[in-house]
Amino acid sequence: MQRTSSSKASLNLGLILLLGPILLWLIILVILPQLTMLNISLQERVSPRVYQYGFANFVEFFTEPLYWNTFIRTATMSIMATILTLIIAFPVSYYIAKMLRGRAKGLLFILCLIPFWVSELVRTYGWMILLRESGVISTWLQYFNFADGPVEMLYTDATIMLGLVYTSMLFMVVPLTSTLESLDDSHIEAGYDLGGNGWSVLWYVIIPHAKPAIVSGCIVVFMLTLGNYLTPILLGGKSSLWFTEQIFTQFITRFNWQQGSAFGVLLLTISSLIVWAGLKITRQSFTKVMS
Amino acid sequence: MLNNKTLDLECKNLYRRFDDFVAVNDISFSIPKGSFFSILGPSGCGKTTLLRMLAGFDNPNSGDIIIKGKSMVGVPPNKRPVNMVFQHLALFPNMNVAQNIGYGLQRQGVNRVDIRRKVDEVLARVSLADSGNKKISQLSGGQKQRIAIARCLVLQPDVLLLDEPLGALDLKLREHMKVELKQLQQEFDTTFVYITHDQSEALVMSDQVAVMNHGKFYQVGNPQQLYYQPQNAFVAGFVGDSNQWAGKICEVTNNKFQVKTESGLVFNCDADSNEKLTQGDQVKIFVRPEAIDISNSASGINQHNQLDTEVTNILFDGANSQILVKEYKSGAELQVKLPQTANYMQLKAGDKLQVSFPASQVKTFAQTTE
Repeated sequence: MQRTSSSKASLNLGLILLLGPILLWLIILVILPQLTMLNISLQERVSPRVYQYGFANFVEFFTEPLYWNTFIRTATMSIMATILTLIIAFPVSYYIAKMLRGRAKGLLFILCLIPFWVSELVRTYGWMILLRESGVISTWLQYFNFADGPVEMLYTDATIMLGLVYTSMLFMVVPLTSTLESLDDSHIEAGYDLGGNGWSVLWYVIIPHAKPAIVSGCIVVFMLTLGNYLTPILLGGKSSLWFTEQIFTQFITRFNWQQGSAFGVLLLTISSLIVWAGLKITRQSFTKVMS
Repeated sequence: MLNNKTLDLECKNLYRRFDDFVAVNDISFSIPKGSFFSILGPSGCGKTTLLRMLAGFDNPNSGDIIIKGKSMVGVPPNKRPVNMVFQHLALFPNMNVAQNIGYGLQRQGVNRVDIRRKVDEVLARVSLADSGNKKISQLSGGQKQRIAIARCLVLQPDVLLLDEPLGALDLKLREHMKVELKQLQQEFDTTFVYITHDQSEALVMSDQVAVMNHGKFYQVGNPQQLYYQPQNAFVAGFVGDSNQWAGKICEVTNNKFQVKTESGLVFNCDADSNEKLTQGDQVKIFVRPEAIDISNSASGINQHNQLDTEVTNILFDGANSQILVKEYKSGAELQVKLPQTANYMQLKAGDKLQVSFPASQVKTFAQTTE
């Protein structure tokens, strides 16, 4: 009895030591700030320097069209970026996982990773060098007489989309490639052998196998895109109207922490709801997808 | 003469090379309708490549594959009247049993009602009538096997290809499935092409067996022919157990040879093989363990080959018991089958024993360079 209880105590100590760092990290850096933000967001200004609890900051979001329009625009574009990333990344991953063997496979996978050695800021400036009015592409177009004058390709929604998809590729390619690699070739062959064509093999054999990776990749890409600040601001300029920009403005420009916190809480809540809905539609469970 | 219409599958001069490795080297054969044809060979002999060419996953460099009178070269796998049972079965884990079986029918555009009827029918025939709604992970090894076969047979293929599907099963179940596969083949009356490295699987189930090595068929025949009348050293050594020696022909008289082995033993053998052998040829000789008689004393034995030996080991395994004996002069070891009587129950290591076998039981083949 003595021994079991002492071993139990030491087991508990081991568990605490192991879980300690991650729990501290979660509590100090994630849970505490979020709770503080929630607290701040519920402060309503009644007169200068006087606050009381209330939902005025949240009401503001729903009554001022600029705010929720910006949010809907951000969410829609994020969903589109996620779908586009998936459509582009799937064939790439399939090619790496199933068509290539040996060295070429590793090489191509590394080639997909290499751009991410460079910081996002630098990569985004790379796009700006290419796309701006006096940029590389514009110069070439004029040189080869495809355009009469300088062409501005920055500050449009398409440019934002391009930047977002480019930034997100890695997070889709990595899970997809590793999952597709685990698909036994004989399943694909059986799909053909029993009379299936390319589409039916894709739909009935490959996609069901890759589904957890597709969903987890989509969740990661969607959350990263929704919370992205650099890419939409740099590539979209003033017309970007990205929701994170609204939060930034409230906190930094207008020094309205209460409103900014309310936006932060809303962003977290609504994006969680969208992910939850996505999981429900594809009938996947969060724990299964993320493991 | 075989009429062309009774042939389900015919291969003519099939040749397949990967870089500088020839996997299938000029193979021709034909399989009559409704037979169980096995291709037996060690791993790396090219049998899988041959099967994949039949299924359409690989194409021959030259030669022709003809199924029911139609050439299949260049026809993709989903358009061929053949189906394949994969080594690890390749049942789709995301579908239940009925969906797995229905997949092929659905691809053919069969309507929902007919699919259900056909799936139920085939499930009943493999005696898994109530398993339609089960998940693949809920099935046992033997059940998975039957579903994988049912999934192919429901499409009524002209030829069913099986790629060592019994390899993953445990011994007991494998013995059981051998019998069951043979029964299924007879019941569905479909041509089966079965590849395996396990000679017992091939011998038990097949009507015809092709023994394959280095991309070639060494012998094609029924199991009895392969076992009792091997045509070359590879078949003699690969099919069944054998005592083997390498030696040299030292005398030829009246269709009889004397062969002297490297260890100095001299054997008398009949010249029954097709090969022309002359004095001085390097040969390999084979004697089956069950062809050897044993006796405690030299009296009363009058056979062509007699050896004085000592028992070194007894491998008791019920009906398959064997003893290992050592010849006195040369030290050569022989495997001998223990007779099915209790006479030799008291036998122990170190006992003296005389072993003998007739010249007709010694198979002699010219030694090849392989």
